[in-house]
Amino acid sequence: MNVIEVKGLKKSYGQVHAVRGVDLSIPAGEIFALLGPNGAGKTTTVEILEGFRSRDAGEISILGFDPQTTGHAARQWRNRIGIVLQSAADAGDLTVIETVKHFSEYYSNPRNVDEVMAAVGLEEKSGALIRNLSGGQRRRLDVALGIIGSPELLFLDEPTTGFDPEARRAFWALIEKLRGTGTTILLTTHYLDEAEALADRVAVINNGLIIEVSTPSELGGRATSQAVVSWRDGSQVKTEATDNPTAVVARLSTHFGGEIPELAVIRPSLEDIYLKMIGGVHE
Amino acid sequence: MNKIPSALNLGIRRGGLEIRQFARQRESVVFTLLFPVILLAIFGSVFKDTIAPGVTFSQYFVAGMIASGLVNTGFQSLAITIPMERDVGGLKRLRGTPMPASSYFIGKAILIAVSMIIQFALLFGFGLLFFGVEMPTELSKWLTFTWLVLLGSACSTALGIAFSIVPKSGRGASAVVSPIVIILQFFSGVFFVFTQLPTWMQQLAAIFPLKWLTQGMRSVFLPDSFAAQEVAKSWETERTFFILVLWLVIGVFFSVRKFKWDRD
Repeated sequence: MNVIEVKGLKKSYGQVHAVRGVDLSIPAGEIFALLGPNGAGKTTTVEILEGFRSRDAGEISILGFDPQTTGHAARQWRNRIGIVLQSAADAGDLTVIETVKHFSEYYSNPRNVDEVMAAVGLEEKSGALIRNLSGGQRRRLDVALGIIGSPELLFLDEPTTGFDPEARRAFWALIEKLRGTGTTILLTTHYLDEAEALADRVAVINNGLIIEVSTPSELGGRATSQAVVSWRDGSQVKTEATDNPTAVVARLSTHFGGEIPELAVIRPSLEDIYLKMIGGVHE
Repeated sequence: MNKIPSALNLGIRRGGLEIRQFARQRESVVFTLLFPVILLAIFGSVFKDTIAPGVTFSQYFVAGMIASGLVNTGFQSLAITIPMERDVGGLKRLRGTPMPASSYFIGKAILIAVSMIIQFALLFGFGLLFFGVEMPTELSKWLTFTWLVLLGSACSTALGIAFSIVPKSGRGASAVVSPIVIILQFFSGVFFVFTQLPTWMQQLAAIFPLKWLTQGMRSVFLPDSFAAQEVAKSWETERTFFILVLWLVIGVFFSVRKFKWDRD
């Protein structure tokens, strides 16, 4: 059974059709990235899955529960999921360890508090007041609170916005660790390299519809699209688009008698493909 | 698989956490807890008359201060701080955990109760030492005091949580809530002798719980002979009880049904 199963999800705000029929199937253990420009319906979709918003139409099963479920069933459901929201600046007067410990009490099978602190790299900030944390440290605390309940499914909403490159790498390593524990992760992000580094599959959403679901390397025909070979010939930089870059390189190598000056073979990045996809929809 | 902790258990833990957070906001702690004492000092120094044989204004005012302490600490503080917590995303985060809403409410009620007990202890202490306030000696009066405080603080807490729906943002909350409380205090006979207020003001005040709490506290802190000087020529204890229960029910209903965890 899939951890997330969505069929025909629709949601409108007045005359604005934010989500116009989204289907998603995400199996256990997968890291799935949802990509899309602002206003594409990404946040609405995720917030409906998280149980924060109602829907107008569609069937949803998250770990076998409907996110709109209430009462004790809702508590049992929330006991098995973790949510890392975009920005929270609450509880400034508590220390990191107090907050993590307190949240661990909400769950039936919490992770070990010290292990979680170590996993997110906050051991040394354990006694610090939350309001004195840096942005990146705060974000790591958000993640700690999201995973403390040993969730089977984790929602990560733009987890590394505002991170410096080093902090992002450290964060990615943390997510890789979670992958190792079998946690299913639904990630939304603006960073295409992040999706590429982490996600098993990505979905691109635009105008309230999923345009494509694929692996990052195959999205938008990326794996089979033309490569561009570029090199220097005298004072000129030359380029050639080709389906057979190896043949081009071999030909050039013969031409130059060995080393090709400033050789580069460029395949379209995930970002190029993505921009083309969301641009194409507007045409 | 272990069981999910009970709502009451989590509520008590949240209460502990709320108290810890409150205690760390030092300026606000000092101001909140000493506010009734400061008002007593000001009014007690300005109005030195007796308003009836054996009843000083300070004595009358202590009853009003305790009643408004219940309203300030519960209703006013919650209706302002909850929208602030909502603004910074704290409530939404809690909503995403298995902690039920009832635990959050219980935690707030515990914070309010503890803060109230400290406030009253300070008010009684300063009142006794510096303003010649007399404490009741009969057990029956202390029993009345106890149920008034319990019911009053429950009512005030519930209405504060319910009213937290109204302010659109944390920043604007104080501007919406504080005037309501201050006007109610004037109308309800906290700062002035109630029977000296215009009739329309008295009638308007009688809709809201503060007037009844204040009158109830007068039945505790003023001699029974003073009952004859009330509007109804009596303390109206039963009516006070029912009106407070009614407001408690209204507060709980809106808290449970309409509580907003998120900004939009």
